[in-house]
Amino acid sequence: MPVNSRRKRPPAPSFPVQRFRLKNGLRVVLMPDSSAPTVAIAVVYDVGFRSEPEGMTGFAHLFEHLMFEGSVTLEKGQHDKLVTGNGGVMNGSTRADYTNYYEQLPSNALELGLYLEADRMRGLRLSEENVQNQIAVVKEEIRVNVVNQPFGGFPWILLPPVMFTTFANAHNGYGSFVDLEAATVEQASEFFDRYYAPGNATVVVAGDLDVGTTKEMVKRHFGSVPARAVPPLGSFAEPVPTEERRGVHHDPLAPLGAVAVAYRVPDPIKQFGDYTAAAVLTDLLADGTASRLYQRLVKRDQLATHVGGMLGTFGDPFDMRDPTMLQLLAYHPGGDIEPLLDALDEELVAVASGAATEEEVDRVVTTMTAQTIRRLDDIMNRALAAAALEQQRGRAELLGELPAALAAVTPDDVTRVAGKWLQPGRRAVLEVVPGGGQ
Amino acid sequence: MNVAVAPIPATVPKVGPFRSTRLPAVEERTLGNGLRALAVRKPGIPLVQARVVLPARRPRATTIDQAKQLVLAETLLSGTEHRDSVEVAEALQRMGATLNVRVDSEDLRLQGATLSPSLDDYLGLIAELLDEPVFPRDEVEIERARKAQEVLLQRSEPAVIARAALTRRLYGEHPYHRGLPEAEAVAAVTAGDLRRYFQSRVAALDGLLILVGDLRPAKALDAAEAALGSWTGATKVAKLPALPPVEPGPILLVDRPGAAQSNIRIGGPALTRRDSGLPALLLANMIFGGYFSSRLVKNIREEKGYTYSPRSWIDHRPLGSVLTIQADVGTEVTAPALLEVRYELGRMATLPVSDDEVDAARRYLIGTTALSTQTQSGLAEYLLALSVAGLGLDYLRDLPKRLEKVTVDEVRDAAAEYLAPARLPTVIVGDTKAIRDSLETLDTVEEAPQP
Repeated sequence: MPVNSRRKRPPAPSFPVQRFRLKNGLRVVLMPDSSAPTVAIAVVYDVGFRSEPEGMTGFAHLFEHLMFEGSVTLEKGQHDKLVTGNGGVMNGSTRADYTNYYEQLPSNALELGLYLEADRMRGLRLSEENVQNQIAVVKEEIRVNVVNQPFGGFPWILLPPVMFTTFANAHNGYGSFVDLEAATVEQASEFFDRYYAPGNATVVVAGDLDVGTTKEMVKRHFGSVPARAVPPLGSFAEPVPTEERRGVHHDPLAPLGAVAVAYRVPDPIKQFGDYTAAAVLTDLLADGTASRLYQRLVKRDQLATHVGGMLGTFGDPFDMRDPTMLQLLAYHPGGDIEPLLDALDEELVAVASGAATEEEVDRVVTTMTAQTIRRLDDIMNRALAAAALEQQRGRAELLGELPAALAAVTPDDVTRVAGKWLQPGRRAVLEVVPGGGQ
Repeated sequence: MNVAVAPIPATVPKVGPFRSTRLPAVEERTLGNGLRALAVRKPGIPLVQARVVLPARRPRATTIDQAKQLVLAETLLSGTEHRDSVEVAEALQRMGATLNVRVDSEDLRLQGATLSPSLDDYLGLIAELLDEPVFPRDEVEIERARKAQEVLLQRSEPAVIARAALTRRLYGEHPYHRGLPEAEAVAAVTAGDLRRYFQSRVAALDGLLILVGDLRPAKALDAAEAALGSWTGATKVAKLPALPPVEPGPILLVDRPGAAQSNIRIGGPALTRRDSGLPALLLANMIFGGYFSSRLVKNIREEKGYTYSPRSWIDHRPLGSVLTIQADVGTEVTAPALLEVRYELGRMATLPVSDDEVDAARRYLIGTTALSTQTQSGLAEYLLALSVAGLGLDYLRDLPKRLEKVTVDEVRDAAAEYLAPARLPTVIVGDTKAIRDSLETLDTVEEAPQP
């Protein structure tokens, strides 16, 4: 196989960024691209489920639902009617470190979209009836995705309590039904006051826009949102495990076994270079049929039927702060998982000993670059990713720089990061056992 | 009862005129083997999206056919006369490419994308996979065992069970029934089965190749001709039987003991993209359950909290279109939720909709159709769907005008025909013991085995 001594740089598009800040603290990023007559607006608030206090599990996500239930100005139903009735789509999502709200609209409706986001940033119309209604809706959401689903919550709900020890990092971000049912209007009102201040938010507008006009529109609508105190950014730091941690979950609906093996990783922001190497390492180990773990566990040893890997809770490596983890997942027919773990360890030892070649790292990076670019073809994804990067790093530009950052990762980086972080004595192992027995 | 929404405050900015999307030109050529190739230049990011559709029709869909289809899709990439499975996977990585295979009783589809500088290599690899697939015995043995396990997993998923039950109810034994094969049948598929299936059933003639992205159309079509123009595949392709008529009947109940939710599925025939009345039905579907601002979402989610994500949609397939309604609801509210779904259907079928509802749905459809062709992959998918139906991008160009002309009466007529609750079969997957008695207060109920 030919090996290129020169690292090939895959072609990369550029995503120009203009930023400014309003007097009330709101950060704004504009990303013009007039290739289609549409705009995407992303508003990200610096609060995710890691910020929830004890006794309020699932509250950040429940609150996300309440943001669609009417504002001081608009009644329940009017926000979505105005977006969809003008040809747009909208949604929101809650993650470990942020909650985002977004819409994509024909560009003639840009000002309407900005108005709507500013409107709910100004204040909500919270009522007992709407809170009770959305508690019921969220419970059905959890039933669809977790309770009534084989491997529901695997690994994102089940793994953190094995890996982490603090409430912030370990608890279930969807929330317990007991906590959800106890949620009140007063709590929602306090949560809004504390976390939904303009200074705790970042707005990104991408697409068919004129920078000058859009800046005026943003000022017109968001400028009058009163400044409020911004909560200090807490640390969720906790020590890396010094011995292996194990957990077992019995899933009455699962017909097969599964295992998640997780390792702590470098700080995504402060150790960006090594963290990016960890992203390459993740894919080299577990992305696709060419990956090492697929070849070993599925093909050679036939111990697993499927393998996968993720960096970060939901697989986007660059939307989280420290601490987070590299997750390796395998599904298997059932039975003892030790042979599978032994084979996995052998592969990790090999990589930590320098087995990854230049040619291998090159093609993994090429594929990751293509995947990154493909995702960013959609201006909505672009706005959402830029919003998280701007909020956590003040660096929306990183979006366009990711291909170069990936291309800078060398086999030595992969070897070093694997050796330092992927040690059996520091891992968390979650086993999912099929059937409901003990 | 619906929440009356107050008038929009005067402070809400006015929305200016809609700027329509310019649709790109499609360059078309029929290759030497009868494959229709379409190329569209859509730069922006340095990728090309590719779709290949090869006719592979089976007039029946036995569990053995389905088993072969599943393993074939998994093993077409497992080796050629020149490369083994690892070399195929590594070649794709080196190009920055993905390639997935899907086989059903209609066709074999390859779909993926590549970094644009690798397009020629990518087409060359696709040609090599079609021209000289090996189906190595050891690979087939591993993949069939894996697939058998995956089938067990899928058969435990309520959404999969519900889809199989509804399509069985609508299509009976017709291949449009989307059930899953028995795991044992999957585990028994041999390399010889796959070779025979591929060689005797998968054809280039009347197939489609779609390339969308950062490319020069004429050059891309030249590359397609050079790579794929001589592969012919099977010489004869079967015909699918017509779809059976849909008969309304009792509620079909599939038991999932202890289930926390019931999966309600209701479905029936719909108009196709070739029917002049489709725009009216599209609007009726939107108003009923097609988007967040629909009656169904307002009623059973935003007012009653019975469900998280209820919706209705229309799928277009070559032999006919289908309208599906779905709601996954708490076990304890199964019968009340079904009652509300049928109430909203009945309201659509018997009472006029409002001008405001039609206007909002119309603007949503026009806007989101434009959004959906904005990415390379979105445009490729739309072009594929239209091409399979014998239509071109002018369908998209004309749709806004056709939607503008639809009247409130036409929406009601379409609803009366296609959203009439008495005509639409209902399937529910759930805990029979907990839900059967209350469902019987609404309708006759029949239990069906797991499909």
